[in-house]
Amino acid sequence: MIHLEPIVQTEKLSHVYSPGTPFQHAALVDVDFRAYPGELLGIIGHTGSGKSTLIQHLNGLLKPTSGRVLVEGQDIWESKAATRQARFRVGLVFQYPEYQLFEETCYKDISFGPKNMGLDEAEVDRRVREAAAFVGLPDSVLDQSPFELSGGQKRRVAIAGVIAMEPAVLILDEPTAGLDPVGVEQIMSNIHDYHEAKNASIIVISHSMEEMARRVDRLVVVNDGRIPLEGTPREVFAHGSELEEMGLGVPRMTRVFHRLNALGAEVDPSVYTIAQAKEAVLDALKRKGGV
Amino acid sequence: MALKDITLGQYFPGDSILHRLDPRAKILLTVFYIVALFMAKNILSYSLMFATLTGCILVSHVGFRVLVRGMKPILFIVVFTAILNLFYTPGEGEPLVAFWIFKIYWEGIRTAFFMVLRIMMLISCTFLLTYTTSPILLTDALESLLGPLKKLRLPIHELAMMMSIALRFIPTLIEETDKIMAAQKARGADFDSGNLLEKAKALIPLLVPLFISAFRRADELAVAMECRCYHGGEGRTRMRQLKYAGRDYTALLLGFGLCLSIWGINLLGVF
Repeated sequence: MIHLEPIVQTEKLSHVYSPGTPFQHAALVDVDFRAYPGELLGIIGHTGSGKSTLIQHLNGLLKPTSGRVLVEGQDIWESKAATRQARFRVGLVFQYPEYQLFEETCYKDISFGPKNMGLDEAEVDRRVREAAAFVGLPDSVLDQSPFELSGGQKRRVAIAGVIAMEPAVLILDEPTAGLDPVGVEQIMSNIHDYHEAKNASIIVISHSMEEMARRVDRLVVVNDGRIPLEGTPREVFAHGSELEEMGLGVPRMTRVFHRLNALGAEVDPSVYTIAQAKEAVLDALKRKGGV
Repeated sequence: MALKDITLGQYFPGDSILHRLDPRAKILLTVFYIVALFMAKNILSYSLMFATLTGCILVSHVGFRVLVRGMKPILFIVVFTAILNLFYTPGEGEPLVAFWIFKIYWEGIRTAFFMVLRIMMLISCTFLLTYTTSPILLTDALESLLGPLKKLRLPIHELAMMMSIALRFIPTLIEETDKIMAAQKARGADFDSGNLLEKAKALIPLLVPLFISAFRRADELAVAMECRCYHGGEGRTRMRQLKYAGRDYTALLLGFGLCLSIWGINLLGVF
């Protein structure tokens, strides 16, 4: 996967908020970020680390103070058309997207994006229905007002509104914030379905390590406007103490194994699931037995 | 320009002498300054006003750039006023420029210049008040200054509360607008191009969610206030008592002195 050309990348991306006022603040400093086609990428970082600023650069909502953003190899700030194209190729679902619903019916709201793309009616209709199916909305809901729905359903309508644009890269900022465990599970599996069906790259921002570790191919850690760590979950969680210094929790299993390691047990500290833990323990025992 | 850059009514925390003055004194000083500004008629008095303002800005550590940026939204009014004054001020003697029905006299240029200066200084001094005073202090001070009107059964406390809530929510709503705009732009909404009708239509995806969220916030706030047994101003005590200090009296005296000197300059009739 790493040999492929990145689908979205940034080169030395920096962003400064409110320059020239007492609130001046550098949110990103020389960030080189890459996302590859078809991967499920997780971005972790605590509040104010710059992760939201980063993703808003990926589809051209924010203009870099310096540096470049490339989508499918093209600089998105080269021309107005390129910026607009990036908006459609890179779909962005914000935090609490349900607060952005505005149409009379869910159908109309989901069709807002595809219509802005200038698609014909039949294509818009196909996309709306397909997107609704991906997020598990029954047809009956499509004719209802989005404001009559429950919180979880509203969020699914909002996510469908972005999926309907069929972006090559789908970015979701805390898609499961404030949902109950069942809702979390549903939304995450909806996203997974889209990933599988369209072979789209998915970038998920979250601070729930357990959830991220289980699902993503790769993790990018954002801290203080920089990317100090990236790699597979195992590679990243091997740096458990550094993560904790950044104020990020590691999965519970990882923490246990880090502690075991500190107590002198020679186990692999990068595990994050129970299955991996079992293997690590057996492995350690085997080595001990061998001595 | 992002919406965030509009700094109207935003407080810049700081520790300058202007920040530490009693908010009531600051409001009175602003009133003095505005009165003096409207009395000013000639270069000497305008220079005095300008010097006073510059001094205050320097002392406040707010920075000229921030003030200039805050003025962007009123640029249109300033230009409009300047043009009207430039063309419609009748003068004695020959017009400097004359074409078609327009005649520009020396007096026109003079009036336009002073008018623009006056508006800019007026805005700057009120901005300076809101930049150096937190909204809560500001409304506390207003309530205290308008206190005597309670005897006339005017709902001063309610007005002050409404004002502080409104001020409190300006930045929140601006932030919210920014967020919703970003979200709709991510779905390909275009707020910048098209004719007037198309632009107005493009605002629907912004305004509907904005209103809904404003009502939701209002509702949540009302519940939160009721939960804390808020029932209006009757018998309410304050955590922060306003108290005049020596520096406040000095500042007020200086402000009064400014008015007097402008009046004096007018009397003397110096150009």
